[in-house]
Amino acid sequence: MYQLRLSGSGGQGVITAAIIFAEAAVNQGFNAVQSQSYGPEARGGASKAEVIIDSNPIFHPHVDKPDFLLALTQKAADKYIQDLNPNGTLIIDSDLVPNVPKFENIISLPITNFAVEKVGKALFTNIVALGVLVKVSNFLDFDTVKNALASRVPPATVEQNLAALNLGFGSV
Amino acid sequence: MILLQGNEAVAKAAIAAGVRFFGGYPITPSTEIAESMAKLLPKNNGVFIQMEDEIASMGVVLGASLAGRKVLTASSGPGISLKQELIGYAAAAEIPVVIVNVQRVGPSTGQPTAPSQGDVMQARWGTHGDHSIIALSPWSVREAFDLTVKAVNYAERFRTPVILLMDEIVGHLRENVELPTDIEIYPRRQPKTKENYKAYQPDEDLVPNIANFGEGYHIHVTGLIHDETGFPVGSPKVTRDFIDRMHKKISKDIIEVQTEFLDDAEEAVVAFGGTARTAYQAVLNARANGKKVGFIRLVTIWPFADNFFANLPANIKKLVVAELNYGQIFYEVQRTFKGEVELCAKYDMTIFEPSEIEVCL
Repeated sequence: MYQLRLSGSGGQGVITAAIIFAEAAVNQGFNAVQSQSYGPEARGGASKAEVIIDSNPIFHPHVDKPDFLLALTQKAADKYIQDLNPNGTLIIDSDLVPNVPKFENIISLPITNFAVEKVGKALFTNIVALGVLVKVSNFLDFDTVKNALASRVPPATVEQNLAALNLGFGSV
Repeated sequence: MILLQGNEAVAKAAIAAGVRFFGGYPITPSTEIAESMAKLLPKNNGVFIQMEDEIASMGVVLGASLAGRKVLTASSGPGISLKQELIGYAAAAEIPVVIVNVQRVGPSTGQPTAPSQGDVMQARWGTHGDHSIIALSPWSVREAFDLTVKAVNYAERFRTPVILLMDEIVGHLRENVELPTDIEIYPRRQPKTKENYKAYQPDEDLVPNIANFGEGYHIHVTGLIHDETGFPVGSPKVTRDFIDRMHKKISKDIIEVQTEFLDDAEEAVVAFGGTARTAYQAVLNARANGKKVGFIRLVTIWPFADNFFANLPANIKKLVVAELNYGQIFYEVQRTFKGEVELCAKYDMTIFEPSEIEVCL
C-alpha cells in the first residue's frame, strides 16, 4: 500500500494532480481512492488531496501516514511533516518553502519557477510536481501517466501539460 | 475499471435510470452532480436548469415530474433546509422526485465542504406533518450509482420523494469502479382507465396511477389533503385514510442492511454512508486482535430497519453506533434493539480514524 498527500493552497492544482495520479494507478490495475479537503475559498485557502493505492480493497479512505508528501506552501510543509512516514519522501517547492523542515529524504526543487520559466505559466506547477512524484514514487508506468494526463486536461493544453510532466520527471 | 467520483456516479446513474430533468443551485459538496448533469442531459434529450435558489429548484423539478419527466435535484445543508416545504408538497401530492443531499457540517452554513452525517433526522422529519419518505445512503462510488438507480425507481414506484443521503466522504471520493451495463428501470406509472378517471385512486399497491400533465386527463394537484379525485376534502375519514395510505404504501421490502461477521459476534458496529468504510476497517482491525466484533451497515436509512434490530441473534449483546453527528441513528437503534447500545459520535469536521471507532468497542 502507498499513501500520498499533495498539499498547498487553492488554485495550485494539487487535487487535479492527485486525480491524474490515481487514474494512472487504476489504469495500471491497482485499487485507488482519492479524496480531498479544501476551504470555502475558490483560491488561496489551504488545499489537500490524498491518494491511496493498494492491490487489496481499500475501505478507510484517508491517509494517516503518507509515504510521499508534496508541499507547495510553507504552511502545508509545516503542518503535514509530522505525519510523513520516517522512511518516506518530502517534496517541496524550494522557493515557496524557504524554511526546510528537518527530514531525511527531501527533494527540493523550484517547481513553480520551472513551470513559469520552462513551460510558460505557473498554471503548470501541479503537473511539473506530478512528474516529480511519478519519478520519485517509482511505481507507475510513465506512459500510463501520460495517457491519464492527456485525457484529463483540456485538449488545447495537452502538449504543454506533457512538457510540464516530462520536465518534472526529468528533474530528479 | 475507471476512476469515478461519487457525485459523478450519481449523475451517470440518474441518466441510466431515465432522469431527463435536473433543476438545481450549486453548493459544495454537491456541485459536481449539477456540473455532470449539465454536461450529460443535453446529450440525452434532457433539460438542465440552474434556478435562482434551492426553493425554485425544488419547484421546477416537481413541475417537470408532473409533466412526465423523471427528475433529480441535489444540494447540501442550507439548500436542503430550503427545499423542505416542497418536499412535503411532493409527499402530499405524490410527485416522484429524488433529492440528493451530500451532507456537510451544520447547522446553517456550518462548515462548508467538511463532512458530516447530521441530516439523518432532517431526512425523515425535515418537512412538517406525517408523511412518506425514503432515504438511502451509499458507502462507495459504485453504490452511489446503484442507490441512485434505486432511488429513481422507488420515487416512481411509490410516487414519493426519495432522499439519497450521501455525505462529503462518498460524494467527493474518487475510486475505481466497474459500472453495471444492465439496469432495471421502473417506468412512470400510467392510468389504467380513461372513463371516470380519478387521478388519486390508489391501485392495489396503494399507489395512485396519476396521469402526466398534457396527456389528456383531467387532474388536480394540491398539497391540501384530498380524496381520490385530487380535490381537497375537510373530512376526518379522508384525512385518516390519506395518512394511513401515505405510510402503508412504502413497502418494507426496500429495507436493506449489510451484515458481516455476525455469526460469532458478541458486539457489532452499526454505521452507514462514508463512515461505514472506516467502521469496516475498525472491525477488521479488532478481529485481527481477537475481538469478536460484527459489522452492520444501514443501506436504507428510512424506513428504519426496526425488525432487523429487534430480531438480531442472541449472541450479539451490544451495538456500537458510529456516526458523524451528535447522535441520531443511535436513538433509533436504542429504540429497536433489546441489548446495550453505545454511541460513538464525532462532530469536528474530520472523519473517524479506525482507531477512534476501535476504542468504542
